[in-house]
Amino acid sequence: MSAHDLSKEVKKYILVFVGLMILTFVTVYVSSLEVGIITGIIIAMAIAATKGTLVASFFMHLLHEKKIIFWLLIFTAIFLTGLLLLPILVKMNGVRY
Amino acid sequence: MQIPFTVENREDTAVYNGKLGIWLFLASEVMLFGALFSSYIFLRVGSTNWPDGSSILNIPMATFNTVVLITSSITMVMSWVGLMEKNYKKFSLYMFSTILLGTIFLVVKYFEYTAKFEHHLFPSTNTFLAIYYTLTGLHVIHILGGLIVNGYHLLFGKKMWETEPQRFTNRIEVSGLYWHFVDLVWIFLFPLLYLL
Repeated sequence: MSAHDLSKEVKKYILVFVGLMILTFVTVYVSSLEVGIITGIIIAMAIAATKGTLVASFFMHLLHEKKIIFWLLIFTAIFLTGLLLLPILVKMNGVRY
Repeated sequence: MQIPFTVENREDTAVYNGKLGIWLFLASEVMLFGALFSSYIFLRVGSTNWPDGSSILNIPMATFNTVVLITSSITMVMSWVGLMEKNYKKFSLYMFSTILLGTIFLVVKYFEYTAKFEHHLFPSTNTFLAIYYTLTGLHVIHILGGLIVNGYHLLFGKKMWETEPQRFTNRIEVSGLYWHFVDLVWIFLFPLLYLL
């Protein structure tokens, strides 16, 4: 990576950092609003997902990563989705526990 | 004999071994935390009475800790930039800042935990506190692990930097990936436990 490319990357890191800070305070502010629990969860998780995407894309260099890493993450995402859906599916199925 | 592919990329994977190794490890970490997040959902949707996290936990302290951890993420990536610029002093400064910020996070967490204990709020008190202590405790262990590795790089990294600079730079990139992952986990923990 050339010195020019590196200074461009540093500018991006600073912008991402500012964005993450703003989103942190937005999360806290939104949680104080009376929007209902479901809407609250959706908004909070959407902001967290945006922040997570920013960290992974820029700080973890995922935007410039090789194909094998993406494949690995796709498989992880599939299994994670299944894992997170399990308790919801149990609830939807009406199983008492 | 030298360990192969610590610097150059492998032909079949197109990355150096350390990078593939850390991503595989992080994938297993996603499943570890994922299982606990899944348990959280399971306990929460099955509970008839779930306490409001903000009424028990300290939001200003946690917000401060979020700011601290995000700042430590940028100092971590800047320490890698320092090495890419062949500037070891810059690396040392940013790595020291990362360790300092990670330590501040732990100190704040210590005060948070002791305040809870003083109010007799233990993991055994209720289901919410049980999952709160499990998730944040596991996260604290991860921060500790990151601090040990980063501390090692700061204290003993100079020798490798002088003999194998690219290998050392890759080590910092790999350590950075772990540190950013720990930050990423907190990004989800904070709203889930404290705000919702």
